[in-house]
Amino acid sequence: MSRGAWLVSRLLQMVPTFLLIGLAVFVLARLLPGNAVMALLGDRGSDEAVARLTRQLGLDQSIGMQLLAFLESVLRGQFGTSLAFRIPVTRLIAERLPVTLMLTGMAIVIALALALPLAFVAALKVNRWPDLLIRGVFQVGLSSPIFYVGLVLLTVFAAWLRIFPVGGYGDTFAEHIYHLFLPAVTLAFSLSAIVMRNLRASILSVIRAEYVDFARAKGLRSRVVLLRHVLRNALIATVTLVGLHIGSLLGGAVITETVFAVPGVGRLMVDSIFARDYPVIQALTLVLAVLVSLAFLVTDLVQMWLDPRVGR
Amino acid sequence: MRAVLARIASRPLPAPLLGGLALLAVMVAFTVSPGTFAPYDPLAFDYNALLSPPSAAHLFGTDQFGRDILSRTIAAAAVDLQIALFATIFPGLLGSLIGLFVGWYGGVADAVFGRLVDLVVTFPFLVLVIAIVAILGPGLANMYIAVTAVGWVFYARLMRGEVLVQKSGEYVAAARVLGYSTPRIIFRHILPNAVRPVLVYAVTDMALAILLGSSLGYLGLGAQPPTAEWGVLIADGKNFFTTAPWIVLFPGAAIVLAGLGFSLTGDGLADLLEVRR
Repeated sequence: MSRGAWLVSRLLQMVPTFLLIGLAVFVLARLLPGNAVMALLGDRGSDEAVARLTRQLGLDQSIGMQLLAFLESVLRGQFGTSLAFRIPVTRLIAERLPVTLMLTGMAIVIALALALPLAFVAALKVNRWPDLLIRGVFQVGLSSPIFYVGLVLLTVFAAWLRIFPVGGYGDTFAEHIYHLFLPAVTLAFSLSAIVMRNLRASILSVIRAEYVDFARAKGLRSRVVLLRHVLRNALIATVTLVGLHIGSLLGGAVITETVFAVPGVGRLMVDSIFARDYPVIQALTLVLAVLVSLAFLVTDLVQMWLDPRVGR
Repeated sequence: MRAVLARIASRPLPAPLLGGLALLAVMVAFTVSPGTFAPYDPLAFDYNALLSPPSAAHLFGTDQFGRDILSRTIAAAAVDLQIALFATIFPGLLGSLIGLFVGWYGGVADAVFGRLVDLVVTFPFLVLVIAIVAILGPGLANMYIAVTAVGWVFYARLMRGEVLVQKSGEYVAAARVLGYSTPRIIFRHILPNAVRPVLVYAVTDMALAILLGSSLGYLGLGAQPPTAEWGVLIADGKNFFTTAPWIVLFPGAAIVLAGLGFSLTGDGLADLLEVRR
């Protein structure tokens, strides 16, 4: 199979994935106890109002027609109106999604900036104190809930030392970075631990592999050997790992944004649950799933670019 | 199987396993008999000791109602231990059964299962759980339902893979030749050989369950106050964190230690049982 054909088939795979995501969210929404009309009107609705809203929402149609109507409105990017904010859900999400994406992106950068050098140090000093210290700290990090790490960082660096703001998002790009720094560090912690652990193991296996001996025998200096041979292989594995963890990062963003009062879609999700704002919950579940499947796609593309064996 | 067990029994226990089990033993002791360890009634108000910092009388300090944080942290161990167990046992059992089934029979069921796995992994786990809890309503019971509805997939995928490996083993062919019934082959022969990786995964998953359960408790979607749960305790104290950080710090440390207990035990078991991950 040529690379072009591989790319086309990979893109075509997205169509059933998106359809299934839509179907799953539709089913989820139908599981509401009572029904959406009662959720919207509460107990106060008159019979007439209930009948009108039922017709408006298309709930008098057959379940198949409802599904088609739902998929059609999703394709047109229409998710109805937020019950709490009284504005179109699409607009609400469009305002807040960039915040979450920026937070997640910063978290990935910070996680890699921490994990890459530390993994090298740990692998080169294997089973000596730097290795044990780094592994110990990350092991504790993996066992720490995000909201706890966030609260501790918030108190120490924002409330006591006053180096960072206690929350919010700011107005300019520079302010965004400044406001999102602590939340991003919080979110980066567990990804960083996972990447570090994996990278350390793969560096160790490469160091012990034969082709490194061969490169050394050719007379290459050991640092060159490490950089050229280890980094390339390790990077491919790391890209895959980050791609696989986009979902847990977005899930973590829900908690991080709540702790730091960041106005992204994660905090919106939690607020919507307490406001019983079902159109928003439904749309967000769908949008986040689509984001994850897009992240899987990007991961595959980057992998194809890095690793000549993929798609051949 | 018996040979494997004999080999395992002859080996010294790995250090992480001992450390992990020690932490878990403390948690179990707090669950079984909180009164033995807690110096005060975890719900008793003491208006003479509001927000008092850690001292000889209150080792972990008190909260805004003068409740003893040490006693509350100990009392909460039972709820978080329950979360660790229930949030893995329910999805673990359901997923293992389904994994056994699709792995053994293959065919259409297996194909449908494959699509389902692809679908579930595109949803962020926490977001899907939160969405289901949003529909069912907050609370521990609904949290278990949500975690089971999503989490079984991971156990099923693991069990299915093991069954596929075991299915081609010679002992299975031999059992067939002997005319054993299918249920007997699945449960008496395949299951004992396929279960090790699933058990190890379940123990590691308990660490994640504690993090998930306390996170939902913190958000107000899991255990509901006045149930003492570590995440709920932290949510209660977060507004006082800058002035009375001990309200948050100690229950948080309990979560970290419990999480460490399960993940060290899981790592140690993986070593001991020769499970590659």
